[in-house]
Amino acid sequence: MKTVYLDNNATTQVAPEVLEAMLPYFSELYGNPSSMHSFGGQVARKLREARGQVASLIGASPDEIIFTSCGTESDNAAIRSALATHPERRHIVTSRVEHPAIKSLGANLAGQGHRVTELAVEKNGLLDMEALVASLTPDTAVVSLMWANNETGVVFPVEKAAEIAHEKGILFHTDAVQAVGKMPIDMKKNAIDMLSFSGHKLHAPKGIGVLYVRKGTRFSPFLIGGHQEKGRRGGTENTPSIIGLGKACELAARHLETENTAVRNLRDKLETELLARIPRSRVNGDTKERLPNTTNISFEHVEGEGILLLMNEYNICASSGSACTSGSLQPSHVLRAMGVPFTMAHGSIRFSLSVYNTEAEIDFVIEKLPPIIERLRSMSPYWTSVAGSCATT
Amino acid sequence: MWEYTDKVKEHFLNPRNVGEVENPDGIAEVGSIACGDALKFSFKLDENKRIKEAKFKTFGCASAIASSSALTEMIKGMTLEEAAKVTNKDIAEYLGGLPDEKMHCSVMGQEALEKAIENYRGAPAKETGAKIVCECFGVTDREIERAIRENDLTTVEEVTNYTKAGGGCGNCKDAIQEIIDRVRAEAKPSGAPKLTNIQKIRKIEEALEKEIRPSLRHDGGDIELIDVIGNRVIVAVRGACASCKASDITLKHFVEAKLRDLVSPDLNIEEVAP
Repeated sequence: MKTVYLDNNATTQVAPEVLEAMLPYFSELYGNPSSMHSFGGQVARKLREARGQVASLIGASPDEIIFTSCGTESDNAAIRSALATHPERRHIVTSRVEHPAIKSLGANLAGQGHRVTELAVEKNGLLDMEALVASLTPDTAVVSLMWANNETGVVFPVEKAAEIAHEKGILFHTDAVQAVGKMPIDMKKNAIDMLSFSGHKLHAPKGIGVLYVRKGTRFSPFLIGGHQEKGRRGGTENTPSIIGLGKACELAARHLETENTAVRNLRDKLETELLARIPRSRVNGDTKERLPNTTNISFEHVEGEGILLLMNEYNICASSGSACTSGSLQPSHVLRAMGVPFTMAHGSIRFSLSVYNTEAEIDFVIEKLPPIIERLRSMSPYWTSVAGSCATT
Repeated sequence: MWEYTDKVKEHFLNPRNVGEVENPDGIAEVGSIACGDALKFSFKLDENKRIKEAKFKTFGCASAIASSSALTEMIKGMTLEEAAKVTNKDIAEYLGGLPDEKMHCSVMGQEALEKAIENYRGAPAKETGAKIVCECFGVTDREIERAIRENDLTTVEEVTNYTKAGGGCGNCKDAIQEIIDRVRAEAKPSGAPKLTNIQKIRKIEEALEKEIRPSLRHDGGDIELIDVIGNRVIVAVRGACASCKASDITLKHFVEAKLRDLVSPDLNIEEVAP
């Protein structure tokens, strides 16, 4: 059975063109780009090209791009640099719905004498911008807000938030891991100081990340070592992955239109049909300010793990914000921050599409999912009582 | 992805006995939707007072559904006395084991069975005097004590895996540790073979180091073991304790109480003559 992969916010398949671009750098072109000989020099040239491709996707200049090992490293480097370059400031502002790369880092720093404000979100997952303004103090070193949420796809107005932070002379960082490649981003048109993203979310391999640092922003390296990345990130370059990421960014720029037309249409079809066919289901998060590829749907009175495992029988891949799947006994912190009721939060499923999905796949899910939900509901002690009360009203 | 056994997967994909028994002899509901899993369980007896029919409805993960299904299969044909002896361990074993983090699913099955039997016998559905320890998941001290005893648990993490207590905000973790300490202290056979003098001294030293010194040091004090004669524990106080007027009280109420609790209830503490 063919795999129907609708879990692209978790990771994506490496594009065939990306793999092809990378392969020679695992075998014959293994030189070190720092070497003096032309054998290494040809790799350095290819790295420069890749840096240009990456910069171009987000409207940056190549020297504003630092290659890292993953999105988490980029986030850590950004926040720690902001604190290191502003040692007199101890306050960090972020949100309750951040990815663990920021959320856990915040908790860790709070344990080391920093003060962390986690801004609340509204029911639709959007930020209260007035709360952001109110949270800023002369002690605030950095504001870090995700561009798009990994679970709901909800998009924060980070460009506006960056301006608000700048008015108070505060650095602004965004975790744009889910946003890059799915929506147009032009760093020339905003004031964001630092931006993180990751290769494996846009069809490059795992193990390569990017930290954008705006020219003129003071930076203190996280990984100290050699002169690589202009001394901003030591360690021999992951040449095949950087070259792969360059190709992936070039493809992403080309696919941006598809992402916002064809992919969006498939997502909308999936969402509309599932909501129509499955009673007591709803979308979590704002449906307007949202990534084109993501939908997070809750099916009341069933548990997400059961849904995922039954979909797995058809090789349909998605993910859930339920407690059972998180390993933490509580449903996702994002859904809880949005005040999604427990009856809904435990039964939440995230579908995230990519340009590789087809309409046939979406039709397959639309056909298979309603009986799965019905089957689990027939086993749920809550469903009968609900169905019973409905019949009488 | 969880590492479920084939038997868990099989019971999840083809659950046995889903539904509610008509005119049940015993019925129970445990868990809640807020907790993430819940089980409604009912059974009917035959003329020989053996379980003829048992059914379930479960909201929860695959392992909760599989545990419920397994339970209904296991107890069919049992008398209530036999069924009452089924433990969460038996359920987990029947399924070829459960991931550590999912052991609470088997505990939920055992609880439902127990409450349904109580319901049949007309016994009180709620334990009296039980105190909620974990507010997030509504877990009582009784439930935690029982899980510790029956599954020989030693860490807070294990208690969370079996009962969910401590798996939410985590504020009750200290309280859980206290229960573990208490239950494990009780579990030590009181009529145990007498400690040899060497064993006794070792245990006293260990208790002093682990349980007592950290508290004293917090206030700038310290304690030294001078001798053990029978049940007389001779100590000297040091640091801030040496000049503290309340050190007598600390010795009797804290040090002696701790040593009696951890080593032997017969110990008496004495301060070395200055």
